[in-house]
Amino acid sequence: MSEVSFVRTEMLPEQAPPATTVGFVGWIRHNLFTGWFNSIATVLSMLVIYFVLSKILPWMFMSSWSAGSLHECREAIAAAYGEHHEGACWAVIRERWIQLFFGFYPSELYWRPILAFFSLFVALGPVLFAEYVPKKLIWFTAIFPFFGAWLLWGGSIWVPISAILGFVLGYVAYRVITPILGSLAGVIAAAAVPVLWWIALASLFASSLESIIPLGIEAVESRKFGGFMLSITIGVVAIFGSLPLGIVLALGRQSDLLIVKALCVGFIEFIRGVPLITLLFVASTLLNIFLPPGTNFDIILRVLIMVTLFAAAYMAEVVRGGLAALPTGQYEAADALGLDYWKAQRLIIMPQALKISIPGIVSTFIGVFKDTTLVSIIALLDPLGLLAGIRADSNWNGIVWELYGFLALIFFIFCFSMSRYSMYLERKLQTGHQ
Amino acid sequence: MSELAQKREADRSKMSVSDHIAVQITNMNKWYGAFHVLRDINLTVNEGERIVIAGPSGSGKSTLIRCINRLEEHQQGDIIVDGTELTSDLKNIDKIRSEVGMCFQHFNLFPHLSILENCTLAPIWVRKTPKKEAEEIAMHFLEKVKIPEQADKFPGQLSGGQQQRVAIARSLCMKPRIMLFDEPTSALDPEMIKEVLDTMIELAEEGMTMLCVTHEMGFARQVANRVIFMDQGQIVEQNEPEEFFNNPKSDRTKLFLSQILGH
Repeated sequence: MSEVSFVRTEMLPEQAPPATTVGFVGWIRHNLFTGWFNSIATVLSMLVIYFVLSKILPWMFMSSWSAGSLHECREAIAAAYGEHHEGACWAVIRERWIQLFFGFYPSELYWRPILAFFSLFVALGPVLFAEYVPKKLIWFTAIFPFFGAWLLWGGSIWVPISAILGFVLGYVAYRVITPILGSLAGVIAAAAVPVLWWIALASLFASSLESIIPLGIEAVESRKFGGFMLSITIGVVAIFGSLPLGIVLALGRQSDLLIVKALCVGFIEFIRGVPLITLLFVASTLLNIFLPPGTNFDIILRVLIMVTLFAAAYMAEVVRGGLAALPTGQYEAADALGLDYWKAQRLIIMPQALKISIPGIVSTFIGVFKDTTLVSIIALLDPLGLLAGIRADSNWNGIVWELYGFLALIFFIFCFSMSRYSMYLERKLQTGHQ
Repeated sequence: MSELAQKREADRSKMSVSDHIAVQITNMNKWYGAFHVLRDINLTVNEGERIVIAGPSGSGKSTLIRCINRLEEHQQGDIIVDGTELTSDLKNIDKIRSEVGMCFQHFNLFPHLSILENCTLAPIWVRKTPKKEAEEIAMHFLEKVKIPEQADKFPGQLSGGQQQRVAIARSLCMKPRIMLFDEPTSALDPEMIKEVLDTMIELAEEGMTMLCVTHEMGFARQVANRVIFMDQGQIVEQNEPEEFFNNPKSDRTKLFLSQILGH
């Protein structure tokens, strides 16, 4: 059958692709004008974009930056651009931006939140960009939660130090108990000892040391916190608190230990079944009823705990998704090599499960950060809460778009950065085609 | 089965069986829920034995070797591995697992770690070997499976055959006394089967105690000193390879061999 028989005598060389499929022209044809339907869609979209921008850009840029009230603003714009031009009155941002960032924090102490904000980035360095920063910096990351809180709230240096001491005691308890009573007892001791310390002894320890060696900075009350400073404080604590807590909950939910599992499932389902606002109301009002009279349990601390728990429940489910996506072979290989449960989790399972869950984790982070604006409902002065005050001011009565636009812009910057970072991280962690 | 695998002649001179018992399974039963997967298994493996376990799918052969390092739990009977009895005591399980290496059908390399890290992980974290020493050991075994140049790559960048050889090297880094192979070549292309089998033959030549679940009958003929045939969760027949292939006793074995060798 000679028609079927075929033998190639020489291999074909590689050729350049046709000019219309590569370069700028190729890109335009491929992305904007493939077929009549896409061409019409492209033209229509461009018209819509033009229409929107032709309204927004003049409003944004043919505007007034210096005025003492909305009325003055309108006069200045009318004088500059004509009676019928509608321009933005950015003067309100110029007058109030400091308040929007710091709330009613004492102005002579602004350096403290600013320093805390920048040291936050230094502390994040070893976590987010481990290969670019010196390894020793991780120590700063470890003490930052205490250092940052101390900067914001001020007060005696002995308070954060006694808080750190709780963790040190927990570690010591773990090291002492584990060899004697086994690792489960060690873990329980590592959790129980710090809690006992914080509840029973920490404040006594701090105040007695303070009376011997008074060392501290001016204290700032929680009700003076406000603006983006408050949002970022709540957001950062909730974000970095919820991830480890969520991981623990997700592992607990998969546990073979029935009671641990039931507790975790109950917690997750309860928190996810209740709106955040309800939890915040509980934090602001109901909690006081249950606490012994006279306890001064800081309102922001209560909110921080509630928002963190709320985020942790969602995080747990995101992490569980990552765990479920791992093939059982990974668990088996870890077991077969003799790794115990915690080592397998830490070295094999979690790195992969968290990598799979990055998009979900970052979505939760972004959601939590935006949810911080809900605290305005329980009368904390986050940016949204402050806006109500500014709009009630007779000078700025009636102003809407400029303020909300500014708020949206700041939130967008934070959320977009998180989103970009997560994409960078996903690319970085890509190992081969799997 | 692959013909390529038969081209390399195994050197049986060093494959000696000692009278020291490596694995002893007595009256072992296992159920999945109500399903009786392993029925009254009795098996004694001496040190240095190369045992091939064959049988149709669902006959319980994988489950059997997975019981030996407690990836599966048995409900009745005893399993004693290297003098340690397998019970629910975690210390015993960890001890046995660090003595028993295992290779899986789907390799189960850790995709987020480089080849070298895959190999050094267990020695560093289980055996507490210093990192440098662990890396030297890892490179030694990677050279042995003939892929030292891939040490810095990730599993996803390697071919299936290379991945399985890394998996073997990873197990060997723990210096195991017993190796379990759970269909190590079933997920591989014919060309890659050979390179994995060659590695396994080399291992056998060095006197490693091996239990292999495999369909590679050529490998069984060449390397094994005993072939075990399982069906419906039971050991149906066991014999020396020559006798097993040339003169099978039970009808079930004859049927199985005619099907697997028939093509």
